[in-house]
Amino acid sequence: MTSSTTTKPAAGAMLPRRRRFGAETIFRWLTTGAGTAVLVIIVAIATFLIAEAVPALRDNKENFFTYKEWFTGPADRKFGIAALAFGTVLSATIALLLAVPVALGIALFLSHYAPRRISTTLGFLIDLLAAVPSIVFGLWGRDYLVDPVKDLSAWLNEYMGWLPLFGGDGPFGKSVLLGSIVLAIMVLPIITSLSREVFMQTPKANEEAALALGATKWEMIRTSVLPYGRPGIIAAVLLGLGRALGETIALAMTLGTTFVISFNLVETGGNSIAANIANKFGEADDFGRGALIASGLVLFTITLIVNMTARAIVYRRREFR
Amino acid sequence: MMVSLTARRLPRFAPLAIGAGAVAVAAGLSFGLGLGGPVMTGILAALLFVAALFGTAWRVEGSRAARNRVASALIYGAFVLAVIPLVSVMFTVVDKGWARLDGTFFGTSMNNISAFDAHGGAYHAIIGTLEQVGIAVLITVPLGILGAVYIVEYGRGKLASWIRFFVDVMTGIPSIVAGLFILAFWVMVVSPMFSADGAPTLSGFAASLALSVLMLPTVVRSTEEMLRLVPNELREGSYALGIPKWKTITKIVLPTAGPGIVTGVMLAIARAAGETAPVMLVAGVNSAIAFNPFESQSSLSYYVFDQATDSSKYAEPRAWAGALTLVAIVLTLTVVAKLLARRSKLSR
Amino acid sequence: MKLQRLGIIAGVGLTATLALTACGSDNTTTKPGATGAAAAKIECAGGTLNVAGSSAQKNAMLEWIKAYKGACKDAKIEYNANGSGAGIQGFTAKTADFAGSDSALKDTEQPAADARCATGKAIHLPMVTGPIAIVFKVDNVDSLQLKPATLAGIFSGKITKWNAPEITADNPGAKLPDAAIQTVHRSDSSGTTENFTDYLTATAKDAWTFGKAKEWKAPGGVGSKGSDGVAADVAKTSGSIGYVEMSFAETAGLKKAKIQNGAGEFTELTPASAAKTVESAEVKGSGDDLKLKIDYNTKAAGAYPLVLVTYEIACSAGNGDKAALIKGFLTYTSSTEGQAQLTKLGYAPLAESVRVKVAAAAAKIAA
Repeated sequence: MTSSTTTKPAAGAMLPRRRRFGAETIFRWLTTGAGTAVLVIIVAIATFLIAEAVPALRDNKENFFTYKEWFTGPADRKFGIAALAFGTVLSATIALLLAVPVALGIALFLSHYAPRRISTTLGFLIDLLAAVPSIVFGLWGRDYLVDPVKDLSAWLNEYMGWLPLFGGDGPFGKSVLLGSIVLAIMVLPIITSLSREVFMQTPKANEEAALALGATKWEMIRTSVLPYGRPGIIAAVLLGLGRALGETIALAMTLGTTFVISFNLVETGGNSIAANIANKFGEADDFGRGALIASGLVLFTITLIVNMTARAIVYRRREFR
Repeated sequence: MMVSLTARRLPRFAPLAIGAGAVAVAAGLSFGLGLGGPVMTGILAALLFVAALFGTAWRVEGSRAARNRVASALIYGAFVLAVIPLVSVMFTVVDKGWARLDGTFFGTSMNNISAFDAHGGAYHAIIGTLEQVGIAVLITVPLGILGAVYIVEYGRGKLASWIRFFVDVMTGIPSIVAGLFILAFWVMVVSPMFSADGAPTLSGFAASLALSVLMLPTVVRSTEEMLRLVPNELREGSYALGIPKWKTITKIVLPTAGPGIVTGVMLAIARAAGETAPVMLVAGVNSAIAFNPFESQSSLSYYVFDQATDSSKYAEPRAWAGALTLVAIVLTLTVVAKLLARRSKLSR
Repeated sequence: MKLQRLGIIAGVGLTATLALTACGSDNTTTKPGATGAAAAKIECAGGTLNVAGSSAQKNAMLEWIKAYKGACKDAKIEYNANGSGAGIQGFTAKTADFAGSDSALKDTEQPAADARCATGKAIHLPMVTGPIAIVFKVDNVDSLQLKPATLAGIFSGKITKWNAPEITADNPGAKLPDAAIQTVHRSDSSGTTENFTDYLTATAKDAWTFGKAKEWKAPGGVGSKGSDGVAADVAKTSGSIGYVEMSFAETAGLKKAKIQNGAGEFTELTPASAAKTVESAEVKGSGDDLKLKIDYNTKAAGAYPLVLVTYEIACSAGNGDKAALIKGFLTYTSSTEGQAQLTKLGYAPLAESVRVKVAAAAAKIAA
């Protein structure tokens, strides 16, 4: 497309001359501005969320951090994040417990077990899982997965009901277990792709040294691949955690929306900060919106910390290389 | 006396045989004793297979080899386990979405469709998605590419490394937070300045802004990666000809990285098109066709959510048809993007 | 070369967009049979109305809007079912031209609403009677009878099994399963919840200790967003019970429980049985302002007691250039023809004595 531009070299000017307001300066400023936009946006998110949350927090009649329920009608302005934050962390934790072993297995499969030629294609299959929109997972979880999970819950309840996790006597259905399984499927590809990359970077020398010493493939992985990849795995898990904490629609459709703090996974119930925003937003008035924004601020802070930790780990690792 | 140099190994067919045996026994147990159905058979068979494999391998090959075999089995199993939900989601979406995937669905809106009307479609929602994502692309592509150019070509020192770090952090911002941010910033503070009566307005444009917040880091990140892959010789060659840096970047570096950048943008589009939460917060409700993005607008993903939570018996088929359309769009974008990336000369 | 590919992609996208824009339809051509009869009665006006409020009257509003727009080509009316609270707020802030609400304005809200109306006052026009249905889904159970106290026990989480003695006592001879009860309530703030809890407070004071509120306060159960969500959830969950306006029970095809009224009869929910309760309601408010006070303990024979009246809150005057359209539309909705549309949607028509007053008030709406 570009016609070959004939630049005639100016006599005596071997280097482009610097002008104060030349194209170069403008371009440099443009790019700097665009780069800085990212920082500006992050700061703006915090600022605007705080600004909108403060009035609601000031009028809140209960302690925001310890109160469990969420009433924002004109009659009683009482809301607290205790049950929501607990539900968020609980469902995300269970999701990770389910997803991490499987994700690491897949990552190892793609990096060390599958034949090179098909491993890219298979990895692509896992990436497709990441591309499915969360609303579709939500719909699938609510209308399809709910029945198998209900059966599973009933089974767990019957045989392992002595554990508080699986106790209670029903009803089963839209529960933390269902939400967590859907979440697990959603964070799986994230953890997989990152840890796979780390596993692939294991120095060949380490692997071959292990094998030369007579190690089996699994011993080689345990002694060279996994230790080398540990910071990467931690970062991948944290990134998965960040995603799980912030997931909205899929959880709004699969959790039972209760405001209790309970470790029970199988009985209907569960809630999360993000799902609560989706559920309550429609009919919230100004105060209600402020309250929801306050909860969003908490979510933002939590995910920011988790993501920053994860990225810091990745960065430190990068510097060592 | 002969010393064998190779350890004793299980014959190659052994794992297969054990697998077949495990399935047979599991089926017998769960159907014969009435413990459960096909799912139970699967779980039991997997457990039996691992146990039996470990046992036989231990006896024949020793403990280390047995552990190795079990680890391999589990690792292969993990992959199979992940494919199950993918296949299940795809199957369910196609199976249920097929029913309403007709001309009416793509040709009409939900305007004037009450709970007792069987027809109605997603035309308005598709328009909304196209416009919102389109505007978000117009915002993020220039901003994202320039930002990436800064990081790779100009950025030095503290500021650049902070930006790089926070671009990565920003990829992890939950979509609902992006929605709340635009609500608090654009809808509640800025939009009243533009509306005649000083009231906040929900609009498709606000949704575009929220999607931009989500797309920006993805675009920056992928562009950055592509720019780094551009061989330095190209830049040096250009400098040697006396071409200024900005021209080198715009005429040589960016075009070379072009296909890779397109891939990144397409992946970002795919993610944005599937987002529901931010649209739900800031785009408002509109069941009619709205071409003006400064009005309330629906979007395909919100349409799916809306129809999925509607009590009308006609709504659910619409929701699934919407989900099928959405998945088709998003997966096509993803597949094309990845294929482009693979053909690109810059990729490893 | 590389930019060419970019161009192709952009081209494909653009073509797709253009192809799509060419052939969309907003379903504006209505079936002639449906509106032909009603059209004669409709007083047409042009313009655009934005109406917001209660989701309880959503189905009725959509039907009325469809009929009105079918008859009047220049009219454009949007109903945003974002909840009574948001509707009132929108009305006061002038983003909504009138509001649909499940409950009357509170004394604290009235002055602001009046101020918005400049020369007029904010008036309540009872328009849609939406009986609240107790919907359930229990395998092999087709009918269910419930006393208010039993209902309160179920929804407060004290009665947990379908074969609990309280429920069997209400349903002599019925075979109820030994299954857990799943109650489904609204997860968002809602006028339906407020009316339902108001009913429970009025009829089962001992069993219901959570008072009357827009937000669900009893422990247990699952929450679902909107009446749509509750109905959809009950339809999907075996062993569940929930409360939705009758209209949503109809759209979802759910079974409805019979409720015991003040006279001690278990009454089935039909438009007629609900209308009996509305008839016995007492009109409060002065002049054209028609607030209703429902007697949940009504002793009228055959009356279904759990009834919700939703209002249109509009300005009696001070509507500016929108007055003609507001008046035309509300006159239509309060006409006999307009009210007749409601029955098939699962609402009850207004009692004739009330309807006449509403129609008179609507006809007086001015600029």
